[in-house]
Amino acid sequence: MAERVRFTVDGQPGAADAGVSLLAALWNDGVRSLRTSVAGEPRGPLCAMGTCFECRVDVDGEPHVRSCLTAVREGMSVSLRGAGRPADVLEAPAAARAPSREPLEADVVVVGGGPAGLAAAIHSAEAGARTLVVDAYARPGGQIWRHRSEPPPAARRWIARFEGARITRLPGAFVVDARDRELLVEHDGDARRVRYARLVLATGARELFLPFPGWTLPGVVGIGGAQALLKAGGSFRGRRVLVAGSGPLLPAVAAALAAAGARIVGIAEQAPRGRLAAFGAGLWRAPGKIVEGLGYAARLAGVSYRTGSWLREVETLGGALRATLGDGRRAWTVDCDVVACGFGLVPNLELPRLVGCEIADNRVVTRAAQETSVAGVYAVGELCGIAGVEHAIVTGAIAGLAATGQKISAALARRGVHERAFGLRLERAFALRAELRGLAGPDTLVCRCEDVALGRCAGSASVREAKLLTRAGMGPCQGRVCGPALAFLHGWPSDTPRPPLAPTPLATLMQEPEPRDAARPARL
Amino acid sequence: MTASAPGVIVVGAGVVGAACAEALAEAGCRVSVLESGFPGAGATGAAMGHLVVMDDSEAQFALTAHSRRLWSERAAALPGEIEDDACGTLWVAADDDEMAHVRAKASFYETRGEVVEILDAQALRDAEPRLREGLVGALRVAGDRVVYPPAAARFFLEKAKAAGASVELGVRAETLEPGRVRCGAEWREADLVVNAAGPEAPRLTPGLPIVPRKGHLVITDRYPGFLSHQVVELGYLKSAHTLTRESVAMNVQPRRTGQLLVGSSRELVDWDASLNRPLLARMLGRASEYLPALPRLLALRAWTGFRPATPDKLPLVGMWEPGLWVAAGHEGLGVTTAPGTARLLADLVLGRPPAIDPLPFDPRREMRAHG
Repeated sequence: MAERVRFTVDGQPGAADAGVSLLAALWNDGVRSLRTSVAGEPRGPLCAMGTCFECRVDVDGEPHVRSCLTAVREGMSVSLRGAGRPADVLEAPAAARAPSREPLEADVVVVGGGPAGLAAAIHSAEAGARTLVVDAYARPGGQIWRHRSEPPPAARRWIARFEGARITRLPGAFVVDARDRELLVEHDGDARRVRYARLVLATGARELFLPFPGWTLPGVVGIGGAQALLKAGGSFRGRRVLVAGSGPLLPAVAAALAAAGARIVGIAEQAPRGRLAAFGAGLWRAPGKIVEGLGYAARLAGVSYRTGSWLREVETLGGALRATLGDGRRAWTVDCDVVACGFGLVPNLELPRLVGCEIADNRVVTRAAQETSVAGVYAVGELCGIAGVEHAIVTGAIAGLAATGQKISAALARRGVHERAFGLRLERAFALRAELRGLAGPDTLVCRCEDVALGRCAGSASVREAKLLTRAGMGPCQGRVCGPALAFLHGWPSDTPRPPLAPTPLATLMQEPEPRDAARPARL
Repeated sequence: MTASAPGVIVVGAGVVGAACAEALAEAGCRVSVLESGFPGAGATGAAMGHLVVMDDSEAQFALTAHSRRLWSERAAALPGEIEDDACGTLWVAADDDEMAHVRAKASFYETRGEVVEILDAQALRDAEPRLREGLVGALRVAGDRVVYPPAAARFFLEKAKAAGASVELGVRAETLEPGRVRCGAEWREADLVVNAAGPEAPRLTPGLPIVPRKGHLVITDRYPGFLSHQVVELGYLKSAHTLTRESVAMNVQPRRTGQLLVGSSRELVDWDASLNRPLLARMLGRASEYLPALPRLLALRAWTGFRPATPDKLPLVGMWEPGLWVAAGHEGLGVTTAPGTARLLADLVLGRPPAIDPLPFDPRREMRAHG
């Protein structure tokens, strides 16, 4: 029996198992709406992994805290008042920050602690290079290998090898700015400068969310979001869950939820059966993945996996949800407690863009050995095209070897090409159908941070124009949710990222690398 | 449409060009607007949107006061997106010298009919409890306002269209000559052309005394009630009014959204739009000296923009040569003075008696560097 911690929510007592995320604690406590949006709507979690900013709450007087990235602690005082927060919580003086400490330095800096980042760091460190990993999460493994105590079986070997290597890891750290051979990193309530000779970008991917009527209702979560919430200690026991959208995550997450006691009331995959069958037939090249697939199928026995069908609308129904699905010919409804939806993955290109890497076709352009257009900067894993965990490990290893001047064996290079080909087949199989562009009406919100309806963006010709005109993408997620949606709906390329890459205390931006004016005394 | 009203091509749909298009169209001119990007894409989109009466010179006071009056007269008709907020300005004095400046400023404003109030240290703390202790006082200019500049440009442009103007977006003017504008291989003709291209104006009309003066801004997450006025240090005047290479001053604005817009910096670095991180750090450090809780607030974005600066700190409004007119060079006051500029330009174009003395804004005036 796990140790229990007690907290309060707007004065009401709550309790949770120690070690779960604050989001999971609130979810398990029955809290579905975490904040009030700027237009006054209730909002619940969506991505549950730090991207969407929907799970923001006030913690011990600090506003705008992402509950998904915060571990619940004994005595926490949580308030759900949301966007309209008065500033009275800021009475305490600014926490003193260490004045510009010496930067951390490493031969190879890896950003991202998923399989690609781990593989890169391991190969770099095992070659004797000083290696540092900037990891957004508390434990190594990224989203796919996210765990609270025991890593998943597939990850154990890698995590053990990672932990056995001489690697400096900054957990819970995120890059807010990049300049020449240096990153500005927010870590542990402080800002650190991190200098590198070689940089490996392994920032992974996030879910693509497409707007449809009802997608902002509490209880509508991401598919990866449901998985992340589950892994962070959220309970789905006895919950009726509809899984809808697209991609191999659908059966995988449905299986994990079912194993955790959820009642899966349906899986709706938008891709047509014919395309998936062709994809399945091609899987002889990847027998490991077939076994994985069969495992899900076994656990999911009795649950309909309906291809060629998609979510059209979600409404509230008493305390639950009613989803309308369709296949282009007819429509039907499914009643449930949770809708898990997502339309595949999009790479986290913000940092590669800021570093100046060439991007084409929604991925980082790499040449030999994963090197980007910026010399000494490598991109690995999902940044180079969504292709899954094997591809991540192989490309990570290649970059780790290359960054430390080691030879890439022909066999390893071949595996990289092979895994990338798998990714391309995956992409073709799960390509999004045109009908999905018509789900959202003019009144459907596209920007959830600023509550901007899709119709208001209609007169614009670019993300930047829509942003200046409507505020879409101006909120704390900085367009990470609405940007890819607008790219799919209107074909607009992403806007240039502006530092900070994630909301960060102004104090972080006040970190001054070198005094410009030598006459000014150093601050002590 | 009056028989005598000329046909006009306005180049640039920033807040100034859009306002000029509106004023000219409403005066009966056949107006067409050419904009290389979209309305407010340039200096307007990067600006703070502080509608402020300034006392740097008689001419500046006349234009800013007249313009702000025009803004307030329209306040009720402004759409919500403009986020019009009559929050007023506090000019904050950190020491006795600056307090003396506050009193001088107060008397300048009062003799010209502008309502101001001198706050002592206690009154300042009551008005803005988040300002640090130990400040000496402030001048409150209650009539100053805040708007969201790109929405303002869009609003003026829509009004211009309603009055008959045609607007072409995504059309780049490449050469300006009296009465004609070249876009690609094609020449557009009109009785006169107005260069309202902001900091890009001298690219189109070589010889215009305008340089890009870069600024940084940072916007925070929402902290409603953190400030109630736009607060500006008196040292701002020193920063704003001398063409030094690099300077910062505390200038923090509460937005209707509860966000804070934190400035300001000034730099002459030609067209380098990259963030100057050390200068940004200094700018935030300066603001934090006045607002000690500021470092705790979450920054969402930092960006740069280019103000169109002139040597004597006054815009160029009027005829440059027959058939080629200018409404540009407003530096940091383009949003404030767009309505007054537009009115002045339309008066001059149509030969009406102008509401303010046009001579200080004559684009061909002899200019001495100020300060």
